[in-house]
Amino acid sequence: MKKMKKKRFERRHLMEFFVKSIMQTALLIVAGALGLILWAVITRGLPSLTWDMVSQVPQGGYYMGKEGGILNAIIGSIYLAAGGTLLAMLLSLPIALYLKTYLGDSKWGECVRLSLDVLWGIPSIVYGAFGFALMLTLGMRASLLAGVVTLALVEFPIMTRAMDEVIRRMPADLEQAALALGSTRFEVALHVVARQTLPGITTAILLAFGRGIGDAASVLFTAGYTDRIVTSPMRPTASLPLAVFFQLGSPYPEVRERGYAAALILTVIVLLVSFGSRWLSARLAKYTIK
Amino acid sequence: METHIQVKNLNAYYGRQQVLRNINVEIPRKQITVIMGPSGCGKTTLLKTFNRFFELNEEARLTGEVLVDGQNIYGRDVDVTEVRKCVGLLAQRPSPLPMSIYDNVVYGMHIHKMKKDRKEYKAAVRHYLEIAGLWEEVQNRLHDPAASLSIGQQQRLCLARGLAVEPEIILGDEPTSALDPISSQNIESRLLELKRQYTTVIVTHTLRQAKRLADSVIYMYMGEVVEAGPAKEVFGNPQHERTKQYLEGLF
Repeated sequence: MKKMKKKRFERRHLMEFFVKSIMQTALLIVAGALGLILWAVITRGLPSLTWDMVSQVPQGGYYMGKEGGILNAIIGSIYLAAGGTLLAMLLSLPIALYLKTYLGDSKWGECVRLSLDVLWGIPSIVYGAFGFALMLTLGMRASLLAGVVTLALVEFPIMTRAMDEVIRRMPADLEQAALALGSTRFEVALHVVARQTLPGITTAILLAFGRGIGDAASVLFTAGYTDRIVTSPMRPTASLPLAVFFQLGSPYPEVRERGYAAALILTVIVLLVSFGSRWLSARLAKYTIK
Repeated sequence: METHIQVKNLNAYYGRQQVLRNINVEIPRKQITVIMGPSGCGKTTLLKTFNRFFELNEEARLTGEVLVDGQNIYGRDVDVTEVRKCVGLLAQRPSPLPMSIYDNVVYGMHIHKMKKDRKEYKAAVRHYLEIAGLWEEVQNRLHDPAASLSIGQQQRLCLARGLAVEPEIILGDEPTSALDPISSQNIESRLLELKRQYTTVIVTHTLRQAKRLADSVIYMYMGEVVEAGPAKEVFGNPQHERTKQYLEGLF
């Protein structure tokens, strides 16, 4: 064997080192940003995060720093995001299945996917304005229902595209394997397609939920804000993103601190949903074919 | 020799392209029939007409008849799921269903409601895994994901799964082409054992495998059957120039 050269002096190894460093730097910046966000929210929010914050609605004088909490916004946000996600699911699942079963990669299929990508990119304040205009046309007032409908519109392109990708990645051999045993098409869909794609569909749904619960702009005009816990879909409701927004804009430092506490609560909910969805889809994925 | 599958005047098309031309062959009962020929000759297409997989392609169209025990499986009152229950398929690459090893074998029996209770299903799973030569290896991990098996084991699982719905015919679409030599040999010896009970039709592109397995041979070229008959005759004394050339490895 010839004597081997020292590796670090070669140009192509330098190149590799250089490119790898760029990748690592990018990763570091993103991880650092996430760390800083968590740090900011925790250090500023934790001191004001009392039991009252999560168990009470705003009392008189809450917005000047007196007692009360934001239970109204927590419950409102959960209702809004859960309702929006459920409604979006009712649209997304049939569309995703239709895309797979009938449109496939045809011109129309690509057309639908392009439209969904465009919808995905539209800022949520535009959905908010659209929802508001729709509300006025129908003679509705700001309400939980209007907020749910608008959030569903924000969520459904994300959910549909995510489901579409999952269903498209389903190996064709699987369906044939079940058909070869004498299954009907319906049995194939129920026993095989559903089992194979369920983990991905769960992820898609929870991804959309995460987006929905954090969205402020779309519920600003449509769901309104109130200090009471919402009791009817026709009444306005508070939400966490708006609770953060209003409180951070306060001249009282105590209220601004509580804004961070509200942000912390929202962040914890989003984290719980993310980890929960990971755990759930990993469990569901035990038997899927990779 | 008794005929099990009879193909009569079969023509098949994908869109405008004709892929099978006027096929007339008979496939003997409880023997291994090997379909061979160069790639693109239509051998897999012919195989797929036997379990009505051919029609899964939207552009597919066909005229003529495929008779199993004298009944045309393309007849109007024939239930396609019954055809596929009666005609099992071993695909080119094993594709286990997204379930446990146990559930893979049970699945077909379940949808056809073939057994009465759990005990019977359990016994049947063991029986078919034994036939496929997999029981020893998986008896302690029946509830593991089927995807955790090696490719060779997966193909034997697919064999067990196919046999569990009690077919009369086994189709093999190059069933060993994705496997390593030892797994291939394993599958081949299963097929040789099973031919006493099942009519078997195998597509292969390896001549040596054809010689090892075949009782009867169909040689195809460009969508037509060039020569068909008992293996001894076709291999020993081919009647057609094309068959001779193929057997000599000229193309």
